[in-house]
Amino acid sequence: MEKKIGVYVCHCGGNISDYVDVEKVRQAIEDEGGVMLAKTTMFACSDSNQKDMVDDIKKNDLNGVVVASCSPKLHLTTFGNVSERAGLNKYNYVHANIREQVSWAHSDDKAGATEKAIHIVRAAIAKARFTESLEPNKIEAQKAVAIIGSGVAGMKAAIELSNMDCPVYIIEREFFIGGRVSQWGAMFTTNETGKEVVTRLYNDMIRRPNVTVFTGAEVITNVGSIGDFKLKVKITPRYVKEKCDRGKLQQAIDACPVVVPDEFNFNITSRKAIYHNFPSEYPQAAVIDMKSCTRCGKCESICDNIDFSQKEEILDIHVGSVLMATGFDPYTPHDGEFGYNEFANVVTLPQFKRMIELNENKLMHQGKEVKNIAYIYCVGSRQEEGGNTYCSRYCCTSAIHASLLVKKKYPSVYNYHFNRGIRTYGKQESLYYDSSAQGDIYLQAYEDALPVVTWNGSNSIVKINDILTGGREMEVEADLVVLVTGMVPRAENSVGTLFKLPKGRDKFFNEIHMKLRPVETFIDGVTIAGACQGPKNIMESVNSALSAATKSFSYVSKGELETEPIVAVIDPVLCTWCDACSKACPFDAISMTKDGTKSIALINNSVCKGCGMCLPVCPTDAIELIAYSNNEIESMIDALAHD
Amino acid sequence: MAEKTRKSAKILVFSTEKISDPAIDMAGLLKLHYPPTVYTITVPCSSGIKSRWILHAYEKGFDGVFIAADGSDCVFGESCTEKTGELVGRTMELMKQKGIEPARLKMAAICSVCSESFVKQVKSFNEYLLKTSNS
Repeated sequence: MEKKIGVYVCHCGGNISDYVDVEKVRQAIEDEGGVMLAKTTMFACSDSNQKDMVDDIKKNDLNGVVVASCSPKLHLTTFGNVSERAGLNKYNYVHANIREQVSWAHSDDKAGATEKAIHIVRAAIAKARFTESLEPNKIEAQKAVAIIGSGVAGMKAAIELSNMDCPVYIIEREFFIGGRVSQWGAMFTTNETGKEVVTRLYNDMIRRPNVTVFTGAEVITNVGSIGDFKLKVKITPRYVKEKCDRGKLQQAIDACPVVVPDEFNFNITSRKAIYHNFPSEYPQAAVIDMKSCTRCGKCESICDNIDFSQKEEILDIHVGSVLMATGFDPYTPHDGEFGYNEFANVVTLPQFKRMIELNENKLMHQGKEVKNIAYIYCVGSRQEEGGNTYCSRYCCTSAIHASLLVKKKYPSVYNYHFNRGIRTYGKQESLYYDSSAQGDIYLQAYEDALPVVTWNGSNSIVKINDILTGGREMEVEADLVVLVTGMVPRAENSVGTLFKLPKGRDKFFNEIHMKLRPVETFIDGVTIAGACQGPKNIMESVNSALSAATKSFSYVSKGELETEPIVAVIDPVLCTWCDACSKACPFDAISMTKDGTKSIALINNSVCKGCGMCLPVCPTDAIELIAYSNNEIESMIDALAHD
Repeated sequence: MAEKTRKSAKILVFSTEKISDPAIDMAGLLKLHYPPTVYTITVPCSSGIKSRWILHAYEKGFDGVFIAADGSDCVFGESCTEKTGELVGRTMELMKQKGIEPARLKMAAICSVCSESFVKQVKSFNEYLLKTSNS
């Protein structure tokens, strides 16, 4: 079909026309092939111009539109919508950026800027000659959501989805739900304990018939895409029957000869191979850690409900969306970092919080009562390039809250905070005030002169040049050094790889846009919530969980989905199925199919993300990307090269 | 190649929608000037650029092609850096076969806020291209 293109060159007030002769641009392109009308406009994005464009498109039956104005990031969607309002498919609209990349970039060279603008508008017209109307791909959506992780974010998302009448499967790798929060005692601001929060969420979640919880469960394969994820979930047995005589069970635990470090208490205590995390955990059923169990048979001989005949199960789960809420790990300092694993009295903040929880009347560490506590902040956070450059934000609040708790519980303790600037943002600032009011001492350093920890034979000495007292050298003899560690991505995060979730520079899962699309990922249908996305406190995790639940529900609620039509296409004549495209595709969107007797590549449109990674590897040039075809790109190059 | 009288070389930049294009936009916003004969074509991902497009640019008179690569920030995955490097390597081989100096193709990772880096890179590339065309 012959192209009839309308071109609008914007003044943007004076932002463009102060440096680019827009009338000269208009005159230069008005006779280009396919151009039916060419206008200048003071503000292309104004309501009046949009209305004029709609009228022009209808009146002249335009089938291509170019607006030369600001960055497409600002108004590509605006003018695409204008086209749609005029009855023209939005994929026939082409945007030319003559503000950020012309008038502003070359405000020192008006003639050069005008010449460049002419070339750029010509290139947009050249592309517009090849545009086609495209329709979104429509696919069926399974009305169910899988949530990976049953921490606070996962459980809150499950409750929200359940409220929207959406079936939910929670897949938890651990044998107990609750995630990191279950490891915490009293928390700011209500002093509610982590266990209480977890209990409240669990009790709400578990009574719902449309929520199914799997523990000891792991996604092992994922086939499909948005609307149609087919997951295989491996369920590892507990080897203990759920309904069990708790008295005999406790005897069996006591009889177990295997003693291993207890990860729940960050290895400051030990547990048996058959164990609970804590008395009110969920589900309230013990488990046997088969990696440590020696199969000595002592527990079996005491308790009838030990059942080593339980077998691993593989379940098939079919969902339309996956919500990732896999949480975080606390940063583990390397050996020698501020004396960690070098001096006996250096612990991390998570270990310290468990110590507060486990010590009743006196704060004891390795048989010695603790009086002086030195907190060293920003350990594993705000590091130099190459390390964790980000701030975990929660740790200042958490450490100060812990110091308040410790003082309340053990009044004879003294707290010394070696910090790099306190970040108790928002309402949490009141904690900082309370801590100062109770007599805690704050000493501060810059990143280039961090505190130094040495050992005097019985205690640690923490030394600092305190910038709050003009750089005076200060030191504290500490019975306990608490390294205030931040959050890092889960060390075992292979489920992210399984779903091909992109990660950011900080290695947490990455959202599409931090501000505007904060819970969506580039993998359509997969949303992220909680601290798997980056450091968050509970309130922030719950906010993101509610947002992710709503987004995931929006994918599956209608039973049908639309996806972007910008995908790769195969030329069946040129394709010889060498497999190079399939290997290059990071999303497994390409498979082999038969075209008669010939093997050729097949693109799964609902999986293809339109990245184009398959294009350059094809030896016969049999793949094109819609909207970035050879014709479109090379005609743009021709227009830009034209003198 | 560029004529000896030119003040600036003609450079085609392949930028990416989500990563390097915002950096180039921001260079304009910050009024960081660079030669006006630097033109940009935006693609979804730098690892999806075809060698034939690059060769076409030289054939049509561009002095240089600059790939403003996504680097490790690529939204489509970590393999982008490696794949972009591979396509640059393959294209350079083709350039050699056609008698085109491989140094006329340049690639650098330009993150979404790397405006100054972009301007520095294209300016130095411009100088290189002018110098070699005049020698």
